Amino acid sequence: MTDGIVKMRTITYREAVREAICEALQKDHQVFLMGEDVGRYGGCFAVSKGLLDEFGPERIRDTPLSESGFVGAGIGAALGGMRPIVEIMTVNFSLLAADQIVNNAATYLHMSGGLFNVPLVIRSATGAGRQLAAQHSHSLEGWYAHVPGIRVLSPATVEDARGMLWTALEDPDPVLIFENNGLYNREGEIPVDAGPVDIDRARIRRPGRDITIITYSASLFKSLEAAEILAKEEVEAEVIDLRSLRPLDAPTFLESVARTHRALVVDEGWRSGSLAAEVSARIMEEAFYELDAPVQRLCSAEVPIPYAKHLEDAALPQVSTIVAQARRMVAGHG
Amino acid sequence: MKATKSGKKRLVPLQREQAVHLLRAMLRIRRLEETCAELYTASKIRGFLHLYDGEEAVAVGVMEALTPDDAVVATYREHGHALIRGVAMGAILAEMYGKQEGCSRGRGGSMHLFDDETRFYGGNAIVGGGLPVAVGLALADKMQQRSRVTCCFFGDGAVAEGEFHESLNLAALWQLPVLFVCENNLYAMGTALRYTQALQDLTKKAQSYNIPAVAVDGMDVLAVVSAARKAAKAVRAGAGPYFLECRTYRFRAHSMYDAELYRTKDEVESWKERCPIKTFTRQIKENGVVTEADIAAVEQDVEQEIQEAVAFAEAGSWEPVEDLARFVYSERRTP
Repeated sequence: MTDGIVKMRTITYREAVREAICEALQKDHQVFLMGEDVGRYGGCFAVSKGLLDEFGPERIRDTPLSESGFVGAGIGAALGGMRPIVEIMTVNFSLLAADQIVNNAATYLHMSGGLFNVPLVIRSATGAGRQLAAQHSHSLEGWYAHVPGIRVLSPATVEDARGMLWTALEDPDPVLIFENNGLYNREGEIPVDAGPVDIDRARIRRPGRDITIITYSASLFKSLEAAEILAKEEVEAEVIDLRSLRPLDAPTFLESVARTHRALVVDEGWRSGSLAAEVSARIMEEAFYELDAPVQRLCSAEVPIPYAKHLEDAALPQVSTIVAQARRMVAGHG
Repeated sequence: MKATKSGKKRLVPLQREQAVHLLRAMLRIRRLEETCAELYTASKIRGFLHLYDGEEAVAVGVMEALTPDDAVVATYREHGHALIRGVAMGAILAEMYGKQEGCSRGRGGSMHLFDDETRFYGGNAIVGGGLPVAVGLALADKMQQRSRVTCCFFGDGAVAEGEFHESLNLAALWQLPVLFVCENNLYAMGTALRYTQALQDLTKKAQSYNIPAVAVDGMDVLAVVSAARKAAKAVRAGAGPYFLECRTYRFRAHSMYDAELYRTKDEVESWKERCPIKTFTRQIKENGVVTEADIAAVEQDVEQEIQEAVAFAEAGSWEPVEDLARFVYSERRTP
């Protein structure tokens, strides 16, 4: 950076994650990557391609298909002074390791009265939209956001994909990072010297005055696209990227709602018991008298995500449904 | 240590000091557990309480083979493991009282004893849940070229869990320094092994993962010491994981809520005949290793320790409710 001009470059989300892992491995010899197909195969989403050659099999560790075993091993390695990055191929498979994540990683610090913290980072792909059918398409990050003791991150932008990992590795507590598999090919601009980013605060990705759209991950880009369409109708939507799903940065969206007086939550999780339900409830509790219209939610249809494209599309929040819902909210009330 | 005529490795000649040490260790567990049962009846201790009476030789024998640098991962029946690993009896009892002087500041209770100074990593109420963690601790040691053993205790019930198989496979695959100690007390809670395992020979299961595995009489403390030393030596030398099955029996019910409908009084009584403390005491007395006076002195010492521990727990304080949300996330994080 010179004279206030930030030099930018364009990379994909996949490259951003890969760079972040690479940098972490170079910076700290206690860091290692472990997971299914991360080494010889090159990562099932090609994120870790080439890392085995560069860092060797001790630090780029292929694991058997035993999620509970290797996630638990990650917890133990973290307790033993290492800084493991554990990759779980998709959030769907993380359920096999849910015992280790929820019963061990999230509880050790508290159950030990502060003696044993678990500085572990777990990365996992999440999300639908690639016709992979139910068992590869669910968005369960909201479930983990239910659990105290862990941090749950959801990078949407290339900058966050690049910057959240190091901050997470420096955190003394277990951090789960959910990367939407639909974003890996997405390009974005970041500063040439981009580095770590905070993992605490939500961000306003587009300022607006008429309605606040609160979202995260891949739905951020659908929401931003919807906001551009709405702008042509002179509806200015503010779009907030939650970034951290636990702990939630409620002040950022509550302040926004106090300005726009309308809130629409867009979440790829199922509606019942969703993260969107939590955000909605917090607005009701703390900003009810600011509202000119009831809080609305756009979530996935309450079905296992289907394979057929037209059905999958219909199951997910889309730009068109976001536009239509926002339009109704602005036109209908107050 | 040398082999006897029967081929059994023995600590011979057993010195008085060593005999007293082993007896004291087993008695400390037994008396602690008896005290816990009394305190539970008196409503001083609540929640689930799983006592270890009958299994003392396992914790005591195995712990003999460990050094202070080693790590221990245990289960929900872990009072004895914590105690023999070096956690103060007062801190253990205070934990069960729920006092902040407890080894987990009253956050864990009976099933979640933790201690960093002795590298005691709990206290896990999920059957099998500690095994992958032990594998990871060993992985950290191996990656950092430390010559340490991670000792993981678990029951026969855990052998039915996927995590047992995943952990043994991973430990063997990566040749990690884990000493797996299966405390086979024949019952997974209230269901006998024969109703839960198609293959009841647990060492065979471990062997199928290419892990050296032996079974030992878990009611015989000398046999356990001997087997554990051999096992730990192999693990410490870098030979990869080792599986030790200790065949034992718990004299009490699974927990204080258990009506014990699944086994007969006769069965329990016949195992009590093999009580590790009773048989060991008889053995060292008959062989003239210790005197009646030695035994009386040990009993007296233990009794005094118990009284002091109870007093410590009684005198403990309640953590302020304002601190409820502490230790959910680390306090040393800088935002």
